[in-house]
Amino acid sequence: MAVVVNRKSLTFWEKLYLPAIVGGLKVTLKHAYNTLFKGKVVTMEYPEQKWTLPPGYRGAPYLVKDQEGNTKCVSCQLCEFVCPPKAIRITPPGDTGLKADRTNAEKMPAEFEINMLRCIFCGFCQEVCPEEAIFLQQDYSLTALSRSELIYNKEKLLSLGGEVGGIQKWKHKLEEAKAQENFPVKP
Amino acid sequence: MSTAATTEIKPAPPVEKIKVKVDGREIEVPKTMADPISGKPIPTTMIQACELAKQEVPHYCYHPKLPVVGNCRMCLVEYGMPAMGPDRKPVLNADGSPKISKMPRPAISCATPVSPGMEIYTNTPGVKQMREGVLESLLINHPLDCPICDQAGECKLQEYSVDYGQSASRFVEAKVHKPKAVDLGPRIMLDAERCILCTRCIRFTRDIAGDDALGIVNRGSYNTIATFPGLPFDNNYTLNTVDICPVGALTSKDFRFKMRVWFLKETKSVCTSCATGCNIIIGSREEKIQRYTPRENDAVNGPWMCDAGRLNYKWIGREDRLKDVLVRGQKSTWTAALNEISDKLKKAPAGSVAIIASARQTNEELWLISKLKAKLGAISDSIPRDGKGDKILVSADKNPNTNGARLTGICFTEMGINLVKISDGIASGKIKTLIVFGENIVKRAVANEKLRERETISEVVDEHGITAELLQKLDTLIVSDILPNETTKLAHYVLPGAAHAEKRGSFTNTKGRVQKFMKAVEAPGDARAEWEFLHDLVHNVTGQNGFVTIEGLFNQMAKEVPAFNGVTWQALGDTGLTVQI
Repeated sequence: MAVVVNRKSLTFWEKLYLPAIVGGLKVTLKHAYNTLFKGKVVTMEYPEQKWTLPPGYRGAPYLVKDQEGNTKCVSCQLCEFVCPPKAIRITPPGDTGLKADRTNAEKMPAEFEINMLRCIFCGFCQEVCPEEAIFLQQDYSLTALSRSELIYNKEKLLSLGGEVGGIQKWKHKLEEAKAQENFPVKP
Repeated sequence: MSTAATTEIKPAPPVEKIKVKVDGREIEVPKTMADPISGKPIPTTMIQACELAKQEVPHYCYHPKLPVVGNCRMCLVEYGMPAMGPDRKPVLNADGSPKISKMPRPAISCATPVSPGMEIYTNTPGVKQMREGVLESLLINHPLDCPICDQAGECKLQEYSVDYGQSASRFVEAKVHKPKAVDLGPRIMLDAERCILCTRCIRFTRDIAGDDALGIVNRGSYNTIATFPGLPFDNNYTLNTVDICPVGALTSKDFRFKMRVWFLKETKSVCTSCATGCNIIIGSREEKIQRYTPRENDAVNGPWMCDAGRLNYKWIGREDRLKDVLVRGQKSTWTAALNEISDKLKKAPAGSVAIIASARQTNEELWLISKLKAKLGAISDSIPRDGKGDKILVSADKNPNTNGARLTGICFTEMGINLVKISDGIASGKIKTLIVFGENIVKRAVANEKLRERETISEVVDEHGITAELLQKLDTLIVSDILPNETTKLAHYVLPGAAHAEKRGSFTNTKGRVQKFMKAVEAPGDARAEWEFLHDLVHNVTGQNGFVTIEGLFNQMAKEVPAFNGVTWQALGDTGLTVQI
C-alpha cells in the first residue's frame, strides 16, 4: 500500500541555501586540516592496506584439514546440493580407488571444485557440512587473469583453507572400534 | 522359487470380503490374499489392510513380495475387536453398533490377520511411543555414517527417524562396532554396523533367488549378516538385496561412492539385456547414466531384476561411440547423407536391396523399416541372439524386441532364416545394397555367457554366412550402429544411432507385452535416434509423410500392424499392455 509521506516544507534559513553550503565546507575543511596536519586519515590505500575483518566475516569458502593434516571432506555432496548458485562441483571417488586420508571415513572427493565467479559467499556450504570440512574464510577479493583460474580445485582449496581442528569423530570411532577388538568376526 | 514374479497374474476367483476399520474409516478388504512365494491364498494381514486404506504403517522387515517374519517390530499397531458377551453374541452399544473392546497389547500388523469388524489404530499415542522406542533401539548401535553412506537419501531409517523418531539420542555409551566394508560377493559390499537385521536379504536370496547363501551369525548385539565361510554371495540376483535393504548395510560395489542418490534424474525405462523386458529406472546425472534400478511391474518382473541386466549400461557412455555421420569414411551431415542414400534407394531395382534390422530396435523403428522394405521389395531379416535363460527372470533370447521384429514383418517366426538368402544374394551379385541396423554382422561369435563382463551390446551375434569378403562385393553398404565395429568400418554410409536410454520408443517382450521407455540422456555428437532419421528416409524414398513424434508414430503403427490394433501410446502407461503374439 502506498503511503504518502508529507515532507516538511523548508524553513526560511534552509531556503537561503548558503548556510548549508558553509556547514558542508566546515566539515570538509575540518577533515582536510586533520589529514594534513594531524595525520588523522579517513581513507585507505586499498590494495596495499586492508581492513581488519571482524570475526565471522563471510569470505571465500575453502576446504580445511584437521589437526593431523587429513582431508576432512568425505564427499557427501550436501554443499553441492545446497549451493544456491551451483558453484560447487564434486567428483565422488566412485571406482577410482581413491582412499580417504582417515581410513575409516571410507571416502573423500576425487575432485572438489568451487567456481569463485559463481560463489556468492552465502555460507550455506559451511552450515550444511556434517564434517566441518568447509569454512568461509577471510578472502574477499579474488583475482585472476582468466575465468578458469577462478575455478579452484581440491588441491588449491585445501592449501588455502589451512587447518581447522575439531572433535575428530572418525578418530574416536576408530579408537572405540579398536577397544572392541574382541569382536568375534573379522572382515 | 515360484514363477509368480514372471508370469501374468491370473484372474483369481472372487474372494470373500470382510469389513475392517482403519483409524475409524471402514474399508472392505479381501479375506485372503496371495502368498508372495507360493501364490496360495493366505489371510490378509493388518498391514495389507492399512495399505488398502492408504494409511502408511512404517516397517522394515516386512516386504510385500517376501515371506513375513515380523522381527523389526516397527509396524506395531493397536487394534480392537467386537466384544463378545457371555452368550457368545456381539455386545452392542446403545446405538446398536457393535461394542469394540480394545486389545490390551499391540500387535505387529505385518503378521496379524484381519478379522471381521476389527478396528486398527495406527496413530494413537501408544503406537507413536512404540515407534519411538523401536527406532531408539535400532539406532543404539547404528553408526552416524550418513555422510559416507550410499543409502543416505533413500534410507528408511533416516526417513522414519525424521517422521516417527525422537529428536535426540539418550545413548551415551560406546556403540558396538562391527566390520565395515565386508566383501560379501563380487557385486555386494556389507557394512555390518549399519545392518538392522531385518533379514530381507536372507529371505530374498533364499525364497526368490533360490540360493540360500546368507544367514545371521553371532549373538546379541554382535549379530551379523554373513555368507557361509569361503562362499561368496554370487548369484545373478544379488543386487536386488541392495534395493530391498532398508538401510545402507548392503551396497552395490558398482554404484558405491559414485553419486549421491538425490542428484539422480529418474527415467522410466526398460532393460534391453534380454527379451524379458524388466522395467527399470535409469538414474542419470548430467547426461551420464549412473545406475539402473528395477521398477515394479507385476506383469513382468515384480520388483526385481537380474545383475547382468542391471550392470549392462556402461557401453552407453563409452568414449568411442559413433558420433559422426560418415560417407565413405568422410565426415558428412545428416541431410547430405540421407539425400544421397534415398537417391540410391529410389533408383535401386526391386529385389536388389537387403535389410538386416536388429531386434534391439524399437517397434516404431522396425515398423518404419518394414515400410522401406515394402517399397523397395527388399528381403529382410534380423539376427537371433540366443543365450542362457533361467527360471526367474532371464530369458534365453537376448534380443529385447524379437516379437516386435516378428510382428512388424521384419523377420519370420524363426529369426535368421533369411540370412542365408541374403548371403547367397550378395554372392551371386543379385543384392547390391545392404542396409544394416545395429548389428555387427561380420563378427560371427556365438553368444557367450560372459554377460557380466561384457560392456557392449554389439558383440554377440549368432553364426551366419555374411562375411567381410561378401560385404566388399556390395555396391552400397549402409550401416547404422551405436558403437564402432568391423561392419561400420566396411560401411559406405555410417549413421550413428542412439541407445535405448537416449530415445523414446517401445519394445514387445517375450510374452507380447508392449512397454514404452523414456529418454534419460542425450545422444553424443551427431548421433540420432534411429526412428528420427528412418522417418526422413521413409519420407524421401516412399513419399509417405508420417508422424514426427514418437506418440504419433506409435499410434499410426498400432493402426496398421494388426497385432497392435487398439493400442495407443497413452494407453501403454508405465507398465505396458499385453498383445496377442
